[in-house]
Amino acid sequence: MTGLVLGEPASVPTPPRNGLRPSLREARRVPSRGSLPGFGLSLGITLTFLSLVVLIPLSGLVWKTASLDGASLARAVLSPRALAAYRLSFGAALVAGLVNVVFGVLLAWVLTRYDFPGRSLVDAAIDLPFALPTAVAGIALTTLYVEQGWLGRFLEPHGIKVAFAPAGVAVAMVFVGLPFVVRTVQPVLMDLDLHMEEVAATLGASRFYTLRKVIVPAVLPAALTGFALAFARAVGEYGSVVFISGNMPGRTEIAPLLIVTKLEQFDYAGATAIALVMLLASFVALFAINILQSRIGRVGRIGRGSR
Amino acid sequence: MKRVLAIGLVGLGLTALLATRTAPARAEGAVKLLNVSYDPTRELYQDVNTAFGKQWQQKTGQAVSISQSHGGSGKQARSVIDGLDADVVTLGLAYDIDAIAAQSGRLAKDWQKRLPDNSSPYTSTIVFVVRKGNPKAIRDWDDLAKPGTVVVAPNPKTSGGARWAYLAAWGYALQKPGGGEASAREFVRKLYKNIPVLDSGARGSTTTFGQRGIGDVLVSWENEAYLLVNELGKDKFQIVNPSVSILAEPPVAVVDKNVDKHGTRAVAEAYLKFLYTEEGQEIAVKNHYRPRSAAVAAKHAGDFPKIKLFTIDQLFGGWQKAQATHFADGGTFDQIYQPGS
Repeated sequence: MTGLVLGEPASVPTPPRNGLRPSLREARRVPSRGSLPGFGLSLGITLTFLSLVVLIPLSGLVWKTASLDGASLARAVLSPRALAAYRLSFGAALVAGLVNVVFGVLLAWVLTRYDFPGRSLVDAAIDLPFALPTAVAGIALTTLYVEQGWLGRFLEPHGIKVAFAPAGVAVAMVFVGLPFVVRTVQPVLMDLDLHMEEVAATLGASRFYTLRKVIVPAVLPAALTGFALAFARAVGEYGSVVFISGNMPGRTEIAPLLIVTKLEQFDYAGATAIALVMLLASFVALFAINILQSRIGRVGRIGRGSR
Repeated sequence: MKRVLAIGLVGLGLTALLATRTAPARAEGAVKLLNVSYDPTRELYQDVNTAFGKQWQQKTGQAVSISQSHGGSGKQARSVIDGLDADVVTLGLAYDIDAIAAQSGRLAKDWQKRLPDNSSPYTSTIVFVVRKGNPKAIRDWDDLAKPGTVVVAPNPKTSGGARWAYLAAWGYALQKPGGGEASAREFVRKLYKNIPVLDSGARGSTTTFGQRGIGDVLVSWENEAYLLVNELGKDKFQIVNPSVSILAEPPVAVVDKNVDKHGTRAVAEAYLKFLYTEEGQEIAVKNHYRPRSAAVAAKHAGDFPKIKLFTIDQLFGGWQKAQATHFADGGTFDQIYQPGS
């Protein structure tokens, strides 16, 4: 599929493949039932699967929360402790997402554009945070960053506290989120034709101009997707964070820990209420990123052309 | 079409194979028990299961295979409420078994009266572990609340052991000459202000103190303290026994509805009663739990230093009340961390 598009000049829009469909966007708006068989069956399977895996568990969440009356619901989700926990979870996730976007894109760039000994090893190592049990990651990071740890012993004398501080929460989230950005940006960079940059250069564009007008528009949608994935993963992260955060109420207590705390008191409704708040906030954030992404995709000339 | 048929046949074959594999196990007539327990009892119940299995086979000729499930006490209780098919539960605190009784109705509400000693065949208590030589000269609870002492203890909100520790500190301050509710609250507040990390479980705190080198003193289960000192080195840590502590009573119970469904009531009851026999009590001692049997206790008097122990019923009016006052949302523990306190 990408092979067809590769090598085409940047400014020429992708030609329609068989003249029947003017553009992808059009095709999405009007599902042409007749042209491809199997629509009913595939949609049926999709909806059943989605219901079993996502919708039914989520509706259970709403249903459990509904057993709370207004006052106790407000008490559960709006207590100062809960608010502090949301702030930490979403704030640290945002920081982690931003850090991951910067370094993830850089890593993807280095891995696709340069050849160096050990490149495939580095490439494979990127996926480790996916595979490693999160508790292991949390324990390893804590060991590194505590006062006597390999890194902590250099940071603590300068007053930089990572383990058992909000910074530690962000560090753990960066760790678990990094592969998302690298793995979404990497294929786009691979598909990005080197010729386009050469053409830009021959047309007199400076390096910075090429970066701004050719590379960034192509990479941005993928980077945003990576950011959204890393952010979403970080918000829900529990396993690794509880080890490094210190879990002090109001200071280093993440929202998922608050949920576990409530469950420990057999307060199912309170726990699901907080979960629902997190879910809604995450959904709004992801939705906003999606809208932003489609805007960029429309503005950027190449945007999704290579995908 | 042929291919689909072939795949289907292979699937059928595999199913048949699996079925024949599992069938003989059932035919042998080995009775199966599932014991749902909490975290620090892994080693204890490994020993118990072997010993009980031998005894049961001798007595009845029937083989018994016992599966174990371990995890945080509250989490384990939740699993049983949600339908984990436990024949017996052996948890960290009565509150968690109460919750099973109340929320699932799988066992009678008066479960704790069915076996001797509040259904707790062994007990433990809360002690301190300090670094070798006790550089901060920690002797008793008061030293933990002094400014400058760094204390490590788990989070009472997520750990059963941590709740025992919290109540031990509270009970100490309450019983001090001239002590009362207000002074206990103040004492516990000072103590918890000295804690830089609230790990989610007892084992987490042990790691924080033992392997990460954080803190001057670890507030710990007695059996966990022995484990730490024996495993990580007598040259690095030592145990300090406070003058007063709490009698922690980890309870055991048969889950009525589940054993009746499985037809395992006889063996499940025998299993729990075995814990009270001399052999069972000796196994508890071996794993650093305090025995209930006076005879066994006398034999091992040297192993367990004398600490004045109070029970949760004496000072706190039972778990339900203690939980509501101290650990529920807005309870005394939450008040410590209210901004500005």
